[in-house]
Amino acid sequence: MSFAFYLKTNLPAFARRAAIYAGNKPRFFTQTALLRNASVFPSLNTLTEEEAAIRETVTSFAQEIILPKVKEMDEKESLDKEILKGLFDQGFMGIETEPEYGGSGSTFLSAILVVEELAKVDPAISVVCDVQNTLVNTLFRKYGSDALRKKYLPQLATGKVGCFCLSEESAGSDAFALKTRADKKGDHYEINGSKMWITNSYEAEIFLVFANIDFDAKHKGITCFVVEKDFGVKVAKKESKLGIRASSTCTLNFDGVKVPEENVLGEVGKGYKYAIEILNEGRIGIAAQMIGLAQGAFDHALPYTLVRKQFGQPVGEYQGMQFQYAQIATDIEAARLLTYNAARLKQEGCNFVKEAAMAKLFSSQVAEHAASKAIEWMGGVGFTREFPGIH
Amino acid sequence: MSKLRILSKTGVETSGVKHSLNPFDEIAVEEAVQLKENLKDRVSEVIAVSCGPPKAQEVLRTALAMGADRAVHVNVKDEATASKLQPLGVAKLLKAVVEKEQPNLVILGKQAIDDDASQTGQMLAGLLNWPQATFASKVEIEGDNVKVTREVDGGLETISTKLPLVVTADLRLNEPRFATLPNIMKAKKKPLQVLTPEELNVDISPRLETLSVTDPPVRVGGTKVASVDELIAKLKEVGAL
Repeated sequence: MSFAFYLKTNLPAFARRAAIYAGNKPRFFTQTALLRNASVFPSLNTLTEEEAAIRETVTSFAQEIILPKVKEMDEKESLDKEILKGLFDQGFMGIETEPEYGGSGSTFLSAILVVEELAKVDPAISVVCDVQNTLVNTLFRKYGSDALRKKYLPQLATGKVGCFCLSEESAGSDAFALKTRADKKGDHYEINGSKMWITNSYEAEIFLVFANIDFDAKHKGITCFVVEKDFGVKVAKKESKLGIRASSTCTLNFDGVKVPEENVLGEVGKGYKYAIEILNEGRIGIAAQMIGLAQGAFDHALPYTLVRKQFGQPVGEYQGMQFQYAQIATDIEAARLLTYNAARLKQEGCNFVKEAAMAKLFSSQVAEHAASKAIEWMGGVGFTREFPGIH
Repeated sequence: MSKLRILSKTGVETSGVKHSLNPFDEIAVEEAVQLKENLKDRVSEVIAVSCGPPKAQEVLRTALAMGADRAVHVNVKDEATASKLQPLGVAKLLKAVVEKEQPNLVILGKQAIDDDASQTGQMLAGLLNWPQATFASKVEIEGDNVKVTREVDGGLETISTKLPLVVTADLRLNEPRFATLPNIMKAKKKPLQVLTPEELNVDISPRLETLSVTDPPVRVGGTKVASVDELIAKLKEVGAL
């Protein structure tokens, strides 16, 4: 009797399957094992004790210290110095940085939570925190030499704002068409050029500048330099934006700025690669900001709709309105799960590029939609400067 | 802040309400940490204690993150027993912990925000036979002498007393710090010891029974009167005169 014939006869189904797989790995049994262990995998809402405690602290800080000053900062288009100091004192500017460098030694998801909670109250503040943590600190931690890490990470964790200088007037999406040049002269480089659209530029003292040392090598000449303000960085025009106005976005000019060769971050010519990789993480940070912003707008508008009465009933109780906010609430939850999952994937060391991009894309769409809906729901009041959702 | 709901006649619904550190206790922890920072060598350690179900460990972690050195959790495992835990029971548990740990200063919040009883601190002092300084808005320590400013109905009262001492904290004693991120991470490594009422030989069965809890009466509108005569007439109508 052949084996095949035996299979077709009266063996019960599971045994037949087992027999088929017998030759290969016992995938049937592995599947069951996976299912039985399903309860071991927690939901995306699960946070470690520290992450939960951190979220609580940020929420309190944001509500009690930042909220009262949001309107003022927006109108003055500048960050309140005390609040900035508060961010440093609370440890929000060195979230993942190791304690030996003065940081908080926490997880990537903690950083995401901090950015999200800050964004609920003021996206301008959260962007400062986001750039510092997900772009600047991470670049140092990943690619910086021991000497650079020892020197700059403590400064970034305790008092100095950093910024990420890639974009230029003719190099936005096509970032690697940048024109800023770095010429090697003995033991230092001289940087000449101009950067545009740089977040945190007004307050920053430490600049991560991407410049090309060899235009013939095209993008393979792009190198990342650590530039201190004192080296001669000039902050030029500050953009007057439509939103997140308290966060500075300026043009920076580099006129023969001398940078010692030890201040090359990582390897010469690898700037392109570093930037691409770091922007993946940066996307998750931006997504976190978007969901915070969306939630903040939603939380602000909804109570108003339950209080404002028209035609004898709170506007929020009309079914037409209820359909709208059910949709927005669902969208925000979905965006949040995308973002947290991307963050966890990164923590697990898995490839997260696609998920990060999806998180950013979807969260941005949701945020834009939520904010504009929130303004609609608030009616006339929503259109005035009274409503923080404007930024 | 979620709205409190009255559950039938025997209490206030507490499920689903987030349990967080009682604000007066938070002020107590802050005071202890500040004393340690100011008096430096005189203070050997700050121990945070909480009696309650396993959830109580969360607030202990917050206390550790604020600067306490270690924590003791008296675990009242059963949720039903824990919800019936009354000030005298807590005071007896704390007395047992005090006898174990031998501190010479105990700082509590002046009252709990779930029952507003304001009894635990006073009962603890009584059980320990220690002096007590309640509703403190300022604490100054010099050697073994302690000067405490208390908030009383008529204003402020300053008393002079000695260690060992029980202090209950009032709102204006200090402003609690936010737990910074580095401290939250460090709190994980600080020791948290778990004890049980049985181990401490304490009987925490309730001595008081709540008979009923009611909403305050709904405010009924009044009427305006134009003259004293009308007022008298109205009062007679209602039967008050």
